[in-house]
Amino acid sequence: MALEPQDVQRAAHLARLGLDDNDADRYVDDLTRILEMADQLQAVDTDGVAPLAHPLDATQRLRADEVTETDQRERFQRNAPAVENGLYLVPRVVE
Amino acid sequence: MHDMTLTELARALEAGEFTSRQLTESLLERIEHLDGELNSFISVTAEQALAAADAADDARTRGEAGPLTGLPLALKDIFCTEGVKTSCGSKMLDNFIAPYDANVVEKLKAAGTVSLGKTNMDEFAMGSSNENSHYGPVKNPWDLSAVPGGSSGGSAAAVAAGLVPAALGTDTGGSIRQPAAFCGITGLKPTYGRVSRYGMVAYASSLDQAGPMARTAEDCALLLSAIAGHDLRDSTSVARGVPDYRAELGTSLSGLKIGLPKEYFGDGLDPAVESAIREAVKVYESLGATVQEVSLPHTHHAIPAYYVIAPAEASSNLSRYDGVRFGHRCDAPKDLEDLYKRSRAEGFGDEVKRRILIGTHTLSEGFFDAYYKKAQQVRRLIRQDFMDAFEEVDVLMGPSTPTPAFDLGANKDPVSMYLQDIYTIAINLAGIPGISVPAGNVDGRPVGLQILGPHFAESQLLNVAHQFQQVTDWHQQRPAFGKENA
Amino acid sequence: MMQWETVIGLEVHVQLATRSKIFSGASTAFGAEPNSQACAVDLGMPGVLPVLNESAVAMAVQFGLGIDAEIPEVSIFDRKNYFYPDLPKGYQTSQMYHPIVGPGEVEITLDDGETKRIRVHHAHLEEDAGKSLHEDFHGMTGVDLNRAGTPLLEIVSEPDMRSAKEAAAYLKAIHSIVTYLGISDGNMAEGSMRCDVNVSVRPKGQEAFGTRAEIKNVNSFRFVERAIAFEVERQVELLEDGGKVVQETRLYDPDADETRSMRTKEEANDYRYFPCPDLLPVVLDDAYVDHLRTSLPELPAEKRARFQSELGLSAYDAGVLSATRAMADFFEGVKDVCGDAKLAANWVQGEFAGRLNKEGLDIASSPVSATQLGELVARVKDETINGKAAKQVFAALWDGEGDSADAIIEAKGLKQVTDTGAIEAMIDQVIADSPVQVAQYRDAEPDKRGKMIGYFVGQVMKASRGTANPQQVNGLLKEKLDALC
Repeated sequence: MALEPQDVQRAAHLARLGLDDNDADRYVDDLTRILEMADQLQAVDTDGVAPLAHPLDATQRLRADEVTETDQRERFQRNAPAVENGLYLVPRVVE
Repeated sequence: MHDMTLTELARALEAGEFTSRQLTESLLERIEHLDGELNSFISVTAEQALAAADAADDARTRGEAGPLTGLPLALKDIFCTEGVKTSCGSKMLDNFIAPYDANVVEKLKAAGTVSLGKTNMDEFAMGSSNENSHYGPVKNPWDLSAVPGGSSGGSAAAVAAGLVPAALGTDTGGSIRQPAAFCGITGLKPTYGRVSRYGMVAYASSLDQAGPMARTAEDCALLLSAIAGHDLRDSTSVARGVPDYRAELGTSLSGLKIGLPKEYFGDGLDPAVESAIREAVKVYESLGATVQEVSLPHTHHAIPAYYVIAPAEASSNLSRYDGVRFGHRCDAPKDLEDLYKRSRAEGFGDEVKRRILIGTHTLSEGFFDAYYKKAQQVRRLIRQDFMDAFEEVDVLMGPSTPTPAFDLGANKDPVSMYLQDIYTIAINLAGIPGISVPAGNVDGRPVGLQILGPHFAESQLLNVAHQFQQVTDWHQQRPAFGKENA
Repeated sequence: MMQWETVIGLEVHVQLATRSKIFSGASTAFGAEPNSQACAVDLGMPGVLPVLNESAVAMAVQFGLGIDAEIPEVSIFDRKNYFYPDLPKGYQTSQMYHPIVGPGEVEITLDDGETKRIRVHHAHLEEDAGKSLHEDFHGMTGVDLNRAGTPLLEIVSEPDMRSAKEAAAYLKAIHSIVTYLGISDGNMAEGSMRCDVNVSVRPKGQEAFGTRAEIKNVNSFRFVERAIAFEVERQVELLEDGGKVVQETRLYDPDADETRSMRTKEEANDYRYFPCPDLLPVVLDDAYVDHLRTSLPELPAEKRARFQSELGLSAYDAGVLSATRAMADFFEGVKDVCGDAKLAANWVQGEFAGRLNKEGLDIASSPVSATQLGELVARVKDETINGKAAKQVFAALWDGEGDSADAIIEAKGLKQVTDTGAIEAMIDQVIADSPVQVAQYRDAEPDKRGKMIGYFVGQVMKASRGTANPQQVNGLLKEKLDALC
């Protein structure tokens, strides 16, 4: 399936990846060929085949409802680019 | 000592031939001299290593040494290590000091091992050549103009070059087995869920699995016993006992039924690689195994299925790198969207962006059924191929890769790079274990034999590989690189 | 003039009362220091993984059983992908295609006492987001992720409601079910229960639905009614002026009492749902579901029915007293102590509820316990005190003047006097002291005398400091006065 630059820009926007027009053009060709490869799947007869999300047929284990974590804010926020009063800072969000 | 296996080193430490500190110092020195050229490490943690070595020596003095106490190894830089940079090969995490240890790291520390550092890798484990690292490509010690394979290329090269006797890697589509093959070492991808993924930076969660990379199957067995097991913090980890894999290595192969998938010997396979693999199979026949051809009819759909499923999961897994709580943040973002877009554009490399874009596109409205759902259906058919084959035979054998290591820069085109994983990728989709063992050499570059088994057949795979290594010496061959520093 | 019909569907988000988060061991307690309860999993740090909380699952299933819903054997968590600062992983773990609770029904009671069944499409588990704080940090927004990962049950109704009142009644019914089950504190002020309201209008008689607007994050019963009222009026006006309703997300502003379009966030969203590879299918077997079913407490509808059939309460009283679990438990406590359901119902709804209301308190913070009130009502029932004295005792209990009704009755000497001799003596005294009134009584027409007796009763009660039995006083007075005629 051939992609247009705006398809790439749309995906880039959804993924919040900044791409300039040159980047987008470059990716159009790569992505088109990757999708052409993926399109080979259409040839496989999958009628009545259930999708497989996990390789093992296992089921979810449940965790006891216990508080096991302690406050590690200071440790975690050492990796944070901008914090104040214990809050992570981001450019003003307009509601 | 840099040529010795983990098992030999363990014996020597036990016998007091040298201490863990001496061993660690010697290897750190070797890394210092040789890794400038190889580039197999992103971080060398000499100080912590020496402290761990001293602690191991003390434990031995107190009579508290276990089978792994004092043994040096390296960790792919995808495993979180408390207080140490965990970059995942990305600029995005160049400033990330993990505040916790991955489950496997905890286990290896508890077992008394000595980590020398964090090895280089393709960014976020996306690649088959280690050329996608923010920290530059890794060279193959067998031939410095060749790639070591990827994404665990740093781990493979470091082990092959004698910088460290063993390392941990991860394998999402062949990232342990393919570099093991290219670098002439032994690498095991365990069954999905055998080893906890907790603290291992995620690429494609339903495919990722950690495993050992070492010089022998026996060493892989030793390491797997240490890192495998149920972890309450990973819902996909399996509650199942962990055998002493090394203790199960003695079984005779008489009567072993080997299947050769005909799809693994078709077009695209280098004839020299094919003949090496067929020679290896003859060795097995001489050990009493029987060989038959089998078919895995959906083999050729594995790469397309993988390149839908893995990028889809990755596009979601990598959304957390947004410049807010950790990782790279662009300078002076003018608004929220600018913060996201610029931080991510600057922090991620080309291949990572490509996969995020593919995954985002195939999951989006109007494409989901045609790509993602279809790929998951094909995934079931691929798994079924293996289940059917294992009704007939005990293990499958074939080449790990279609060619020996290719030259740096040889695969500029992403699709031709993806096709390198033709023999390894289906194994991750099916969740079964696979091991690559050295089985030949073509023009100075190693060839890997891949052995596959049903879910949780690690004991059998390791034994089948081990028996081969009892009668062949491919695993004992060493590259010329670094010999003068012996 | 065209007649319009309103069509309403609600998505109610209920915070489940688990101790820890849905996928991590961090505390869910309200009001902690920012980010002090956001662990590595809640922060979406590299490599960490979710593990599902068993209480969240049990609570969701209990809700399902409480609304007679199907509980599917398998439910699956999906990822809903979008970027926002309060969403650390860049996706919300939710259940898009295989929710934990299937179709069910909720009965609502309207003001006229009529009931109506509202269908629930499904309910699913998901994780809550953090909070963005917009006070000024040098022009930046602060993000607190303590709430991130708190378990939510999202209850999605069918578009079965036809008025703002029905919507409010439905929300109250959900509130009452979840608080009865003890699966949520139902505290709307703290955001434990919030709802999104889908509103559309259509010409009466038309089958097809009109275009709907979604009003996000309404957080009180009153606001739900007002937001809908405003929105219906807006849509009808728009349509009558020849305009069209746009499908959009709107926000209710309680201060302005209006809904406003949220155009800024209304870009083309594509959430790219897919099954979460870090979580496996949740499989609930029959034994598990049956176990939860047998341990289910009595729910509001059952309680209401029992209050009517077993206790003989009116439909209205049964409805009021079963509206919240706290109210029902209090009422049943009073009833058990005093042994008279109707008397208990009158006291709980009358004096007790009135006082709570006046002081702006809820039942949990009432200074008078159910046992204390029960003992008081018991003294009314056995005629130890009369009604007037009982009110005094209640006020004294409320103000903490004594621990029990008996102690206060004793201390204040409020015990009802039923000794005929003592009452007769008081009556004789009053008659002797009131010659003018006695003369008036005697001169009046016999059919006017009934009214005039009130004066004498009042005097006798006053003389007894309220402790005389009023019925007795009445009877004896009548006898004595008539004897004088």
